[in-house]
Amino acid sequence: MALSTSAPNRGPDPAPPPSPAPAPARPRPAAGLRAPLFRWDQKAAPYAFVAPFFAFFAAFGLFPLLYTAYVSLHRVELQTSDRMEWLGLRNYTRLIEDPFFWNALRNTFTIGVLSTVPQLLMALGLAHLLNYRLRGRTFFRVAMLMPYATSVAAATLVFAQLFGRDYGLINWLLGTVGISPVDWQANTVASQIGVSTVVTWRWTGYNALIYLAGMQSIPGELYESAAMDGASRWQQFLHVTVPGLRPTILFTVVVSTIGATQLFGEPLLYEGSAAGGVSHQYQTLGLYMYEQGWGFFHLGRAAAIAWVMFLLIVVLVAVNAAIARRRSRTEG
Amino acid sequence: MATAGAARTRAVTLGSAVLVLALAAGCSSSTSTKSAGGDTAKDGKVTLNVDLFGTFGFKEAGLYAEYQKLHPNIEIKQTDTQDEAQYWQALQTKLAGGGGLADVQGIEVGRIASVVQKQADKFTDLKSLGLGPASDELVPWKGSAATTPDGKLLGLGTDIGPEAMCFRADLFKQAGLPTDRDQLAQKWSTWDGYLALGKQYAAKAKAGNTWTDSAASVFAAEVGQQRVRYFDEQGKPVYETSPAVKAAWNTSVSLVKDGLSAELPEWTPEWNKAFSTGKFATLSCPAWMGGYIKGQAGDAGKGKWDVAPGPGKTGNWGGSYLAIPRTSKHAKEAADLIKWLTAEEQQVTLFKKLGSFPSNKAAQAAIKDVKDPYFSDAPIGQIFSEAAAAMPAQVLGADDQVVTKAFTDALGEVERTKTAPDAAWKHAMDNVRNATGG
Repeated sequence: MALSTSAPNRGPDPAPPPSPAPAPARPRPAAGLRAPLFRWDQKAAPYAFVAPFFAFFAAFGLFPLLYTAYVSLHRVELQTSDRMEWLGLRNYTRLIEDPFFWNALRNTFTIGVLSTVPQLLMALGLAHLLNYRLRGRTFFRVAMLMPYATSVAAATLVFAQLFGRDYGLINWLLGTVGISPVDWQANTVASQIGVSTVVTWRWTGYNALIYLAGMQSIPGELYESAAMDGASRWQQFLHVTVPGLRPTILFTVVVSTIGATQLFGEPLLYEGSAAGGVSHQYQTLGLYMYEQGWGFFHLGRAAAIAWVMFLLIVVLVAVNAAIARRRSRTEG
Repeated sequence: MATAGAARTRAVTLGSAVLVLALAAGCSSSTSTKSAGGDTAKDGKVTLNVDLFGTFGFKEAGLYAEYQKLHPNIEIKQTDTQDEAQYWQALQTKLAGGGGLADVQGIEVGRIASVVQKQADKFTDLKSLGLGPASDELVPWKGSAATTPDGKLLGLGTDIGPEAMCFRADLFKQAGLPTDRDQLAQKWSTWDGYLALGKQYAAKAKAGNTWTDSAASVFAAEVGQQRVRYFDEQGKPVYETSPAVKAAWNTSVSLVKDGLSAELPEWTPEWNKAFSTGKFATLSCPAWMGGYIKGQAGDAGKGKWDVAPGPGKTGNWGGSYLAIPRTSKHAKEAADLIKWLTAEEQQVTLFKKLGSFPSNKAAQAAIKDVKDPYFSDAPIGQIFSEAAAAMPAQVLGADDQVVTKAFTDALGEVERTKTAPDAAWKHAMDNVRNATGG
């Protein structure tokens, strides 16, 4: 999407692949069997080149996808996985009346908003600062990427300690300014903020670097002329940087949305349980799928949730693409 | 030029065809290679993999080292997962896939019914390896719980979990409570008495110090005193209607209402820390909890903790089995090992060092007079033996752990999110249905 908006004028441009030279036109003495073989060569070679990719994709992408769909139509239990009982769409219709599923969907959405919005706003601000000439710029840029390089498990376990109710650092700090301790695990809003903090911490720097790269492709003359017109830094940011970054912003929004929909590791490790808290208050869709499949061993149900998540992401991406296309049309 | 170009194309075609073939071959041959785990090394040594959860204490008590000395051709490798729920998940995944299983797998008593009912074909019948007599040396219910209707023995019992009450004698003294074990046992001979004494403690204790760790542990202890808990002999669920479960629920809810719970979820880092801070003064104590307290409170806790007979003076909470998966290549050697580990002498050692109470009858007789200096020289042998003697032969259900987890979470809601007890009870029922309903 990001690419198509950055080059809106290209449109549907089916550039024909460089067609191979018409081999049979060449006169070849003593051809016999060789000419057809040669032609076969020319036709087959490209397929042979791309074959490894398709073989891998079929084995590790397409087959699991289709097999998951097949499993989702059956009752399958991990402990007796050799027995499959046909259920039709029961696993899907069940989800409609499953309060745990709707709870997980709601949590996925709220945690997604709680983590994505501050994360992208902060990333934008940080990138803007890093775009100026400042001392130790490279150091800051590298430091920015450190959280991204940290493993989910390590980051989440440290944050879980910080967010401890009785002996956590954050509650201790709140205590020094007279705020009574917050239960960062059991309280719905607080626990979702806790999980979102881990996500935000890990991904802000990554997005900031992407924004920074986008900013550096904005011509400096635009800033110069804006400055000459008397624009303040804030006005420059609003009227030069943000419009220039639009495709990049769209890209990060799409990627963050997909990431938020699949959020799994942070809520799982936050208290180390697939239930996502005593009231499932921060159980995301990914976590619920895991709980059904590997906590309760209902593989059929888990497969149905997996497919619903897949379709959800397809819809979200399609909506994003539609918005992008509409915008590029109105602008172009 | 044209010829050279064609030759190159052909060579590349051939090359990629070979590549594809090689890939295909790579895929197919992997199924025929033998798994590397548990093979006999060149020097004739047999490596036995032992996969456990929590703290069985075999390694800590030096039993592996001793066994390896007795059997120089055996090498034991242990892996251990602290949280039983995670261990169980991983075990189920491995059983379904048929790979990555150790030669010896630990099984918690709350899971043994599930294994017997659903996965009897995945474990070796220990009677076929001559362990029938060894199982007969244990308390009778221990062996029968691991036996299938057609007589296969799937696990050999290690410890059982007779219950008592651990308490902080120093904090009791500060709050003006008696510290004499017999006197305490009498005062909290019932759970109501336990709550009443708690209120007395709360009135005098320092701010932030509470009576016990969590409602869930009181609930587990009280339910553990029943013969029929969540499922009856026919496997029918009774957790929703059983008066015993409801009584335990009510005790736990009153505990929270009276502010006697520290509201700490068990097995979390916060809970662990509270062992040394004095945040709670009593703890429902199955025998194996003694080892856990020593681990968490450390040397600083020595002499501060004490043990007395608990409310009802009986109950069973926890305990385990050792089983041998069908996939083990060294079933014979594994059988020798688990026979030795669960034999009288070793069970006595484990009780003395870690507090795991023997299921072996002879070992039970041998530890009657053991006192534990860590727990202010409490006669732990006598206290737990009496609790074990009065212990009912529990009816175990395949989904016991699922129900326990649901009630634990629901009581956590009552404690920490101020959910109304009736609503929390309903949540527990919903959670069990969601987890078990196929």
